[in-house]
Amino acid sequence: MHDLAAALSTAASLVSSLDPRVLAVVSLSVQVSGGAVVLAALIGLPLGAALALFTFPGRGAVVVVLNACMGLPPVVVGLAIYLLLSRAGPLGELGLLFTPTAMMMAQTVLVLPIIAALSRQVVADLWEEYGEQLRSLGAPRGSVVLTLLWDGRFSLLTAVLAGFGRASAEVGAVMIVGGNINGVTRTMTTAIALETSKGDLPLALALGLILIGLVTVVNAAVFMVGQAAKRGMG
Amino acid sequence: MVGRDGSILPLELSRVGFSAGGRPLIRDISLRLEAGSRTLVLGPNGAGKSLLLRLCHGLLTPTGGSIRWGDGAMAAEGLRRRQAMVFQRPVLLRRSALANIRYVLGLMGMPRHRRQAAAMAALARFDLADLALRPARVLSGGEQQRLALARAWVMEPEILFLDEPTSALDPAATQAVETAIQDFHGSGAKIVMTTHDLGQARRLADEVVFLAGGALEERTPASIFFKGPASARARAFLAGELVC
Ligand SMILES: Nc1ncnc2c1ncn2[C@@H]1O[C@H](COP(=O)(O)OP(=O)(O)OP(=O)(O)O)[C@@H](O)[C@H]1O
Ligand SMILES: [Mg+2]
Repeated sequence: MHDLAAALSTAASLVSSLDPRVLAVVSLSVQVSGGAVVLAALIGLPLGAALALFTFPGRGAVVVVLNACMGLPPVVVGLAIYLLLSRAGPLGELGLLFTPTAMMMAQTVLVLPIIAALSRQVVADLWEEYGEQLRSLGAPRGSVVLTLLWDGRFSLLTAVLAGFGRASAEVGAVMIVGGNINGVTRTMTTAIALETSKGDLPLALALGLILIGLVTVVNAAVFMVGQAAKRGMG
Repeated sequence: MVGRDGSILPLELSRVGFSAGGRPLIRDISLRLEAGSRTLVLGPNGAGKSLLLRLCHGLLTPTGGSIRWGDGAMAAEGLRRRQAMVFQRPVLLRRSALANIRYVLGLMGMPRHRRQAAAMAALARFDLADLALRPARVLSGGEQQRLALARAWVMEPEILFLDEPTSALDPAATQAVETAIQDFHGSGAKIVMTTHDLGQARRLADEVVFLAGGALEERTPASIFFKGPASARARAFLAGELVC
């Protein structure tokens, strides 16, 4: 109880004082997770839609694997990216390990299956409804992908938000490939982990509250934009 | 129609069958649909009317027999672009009425800068100009069906399939749809339509194709069919008896 009260007042003073170190951590978190979600959406939305619309041998297996990948353990993904980027790894030349880019890569891998799997489901359901009509209109499959992504935009927004939630809550992958370097690769989640291990529970909790607040604000904004657009579109 | 070489009609079904899950649903139908006339497909619920239309339109593939368009030499892609279908409940895209028409014009390959005017003209023709910017999905049932007809109109189909296009509409909206169907007919399009509204069938039909139990019972000029159909099942159907 005492910790919680202390955390609340610490959080309040951190936010109100616009502490530059806190701001840097918050802004890196937003950049890494936001960038990862944008990348994953750019790949995952068309990928999911294509999986829903094109039949090929082994599609069922691909869908099962994709759905299973929604639960990929972040530390394992972090480790894989670490091995890829480490000096001896295949992409070691790029020198990306312990940079925000590496963190974004890891989170993209984590978020991609979520966005792709959920949009596959959304688009498959839409195809049930639209399929005969679009075939009747003579729409080629390639353009159907875009048509259905656009018509499913409100549901797909939820898929993207689920991805953002996963990315911003994640600590294992960014910790491994980022290294939690102060001022360089320290995000909110790695800072929370660090402060917890140091025993500064109020600070850790305060950062946690800020993180939750941030995610809530993003979700609320998207929700309101979505509702307004939906009311207009029926 | 204008500027196109050759006609895709007549449409010729030879011994077309369709079964699903081991059950024959369409049995051995042979039928030649000629250009120009209005063919009404009648029959009780479950007779196979919708299946027949979807087979003709190419949404389903027959499990037996064959379907041939025109001289049988046209590419599948070209065939689809010259037919249109209006469903009982149209599926409209989540965008404005106008954008729904523009979408189809895009599929038809019309250059972007000409689509707006062409789409507006089609909406005006079906009395939808005032609703052009409304989201298609919030339109009333009658307005949606007229939008579906406007969408079919811009495709300039040689043959228009309609599956119970007015079954969910009030008399005024039904009247508007019937007028539109006559417009399609007037422009030279072949009409193939199902309905359970016998008054409507009388008003629109040149000929009647009567189905029961997935089989073709008879095909008769409308004037004769409504006076006295040849088959016992059609007579019973007109008399309002149960037919199976
Ligand atoms: N995909 C399918 N699988 C199995 N049975 C089907 C399928 N589609 C249609 N049927 C069956 O085929 C029969 C004919 O269906 P259809 O929809 O063509 O009837 P209809 O003449 O259009 O009837 P209604 O007047 O009620 O619209 C029905 O018994 C229906 O249950
Ligand atoms: Mg039907």
